[in-house]
Amino acid sequence: MSEVIVITSGKGGVGKTTTTANLGCGLAIQGKKVALVDADIGLRNLDVVMGLENRIVYDLVDVVEGNCRLKQALIKDKRYAGLFLLPAAQTRDKDAVSPEQMQKLCENLKEEGFDYILIDCPAGIEQGFKNAIAGADRALVVTTPEVSAVRDADRIIGLLEASGLNNPSLVLNRLRVDLVNRGEMMNIEDVTEILAVDIIGVVPDDETIVISTNKGEPAVTVDTSRAGQAYRNIVQRLMGNDVALMTFEAEQETFMDKLKKLFQK
Amino acid sequence: MDLFSFFRKKEELPSGSVAKDRLKLVLVHDRVNCSSQVLEMLKNDIIKVISNYMEIDEEELDIQITQTESDDKSGTVPVLYANIPIKSMRKVNQE
Repeated sequence: MSEVIVITSGKGGVGKTTTTANLGCGLAIQGKKVALVDADIGLRNLDVVMGLENRIVYDLVDVVEGNCRLKQALIKDKRYAGLFLLPAAQTRDKDAVSPEQMQKLCENLKEEGFDYILIDCPAGIEQGFKNAIAGADRALVVTTPEVSAVRDADRIIGLLEASGLNNPSLVLNRLRVDLVNRGEMMNIEDVTEILAVDIIGVVPDDETIVISTNKGEPAVTVDTSRAGQAYRNIVQRLMGNDVALMTFEAEQETFMDKLKKLFQK
Repeated sequence: MDLFSFFRKKEELPSGSVAKDRLKLVLVHDRVNCSSQVLEMLKNDIIKVISNYMEIDEEELDIQITQTESDDKSGTVPVLYANIPIKSMRKVNQE
């Protein structure tokens, strides 16, 4: 059975593309056949996050317009068997594709025998968003514990449900455990209580994401990465396995933390 | 680095709670999908209707959408909150 999952957020810069790359890579490592679709036409980025930017020949718009066959446009990731990328067009805009065409594309990808088709949705709620969700069976909403990001996530959840994508799953990204412990950041319960949706994973703010993105190798492949571990857990949950949420034990206090506490007393 | 937290007064709420409270209020408005123009129109209509019966203090009038606990205590529901100070009941007494 194949499943089309759209990764969306409303607000830009909360980690949609990073999440798409990591989950896709993680699913492929688990032996699944995965297609990553970059639906952010005009602002393509999934290719660089995946480190596949030098291998693009055809793109999504070429497939939709019939300039090439679907198989020709799918870039095979040589590092992980079963992982493919369909890049976005860079020189076109979002109106180049219609929701009906995206639906058709998703059907065709299912026929290719992919287990998972992950769609990286552009920021915003306009045409690009409508295209990205058109063929989806399920939605993941990425947010960070910030007022603006959660607000946009709430709006997106409403729009998803209006389009028949009920019960989206929440990915809470870039949680700063040190700030949460000091009460200076909303915690997991705060966000889930407000949005009232199921949470599928919590990804801690982690510099290994920056490092691995620099290299074009998703952090999910790095055994020591905490964010990578969080993504590996989400991968398990996507496959239907029950994994407990990561526990965020009090992190080692730095000298500055201790000094600050001293002053606060 | 948050240098100001060195000097923060004890009684001040941590910013995480402030964020949550602000967010809750913003979402109440977002979810009812009620623009400030609509609220303004509603306010004017309410003034019009009530003025037929009593004299009210239009300056001090306060209308907002907020939330309250639902009757079955399962969560919160949006409510229209209106605080309308009455100047006098003269008009209705004249009848």
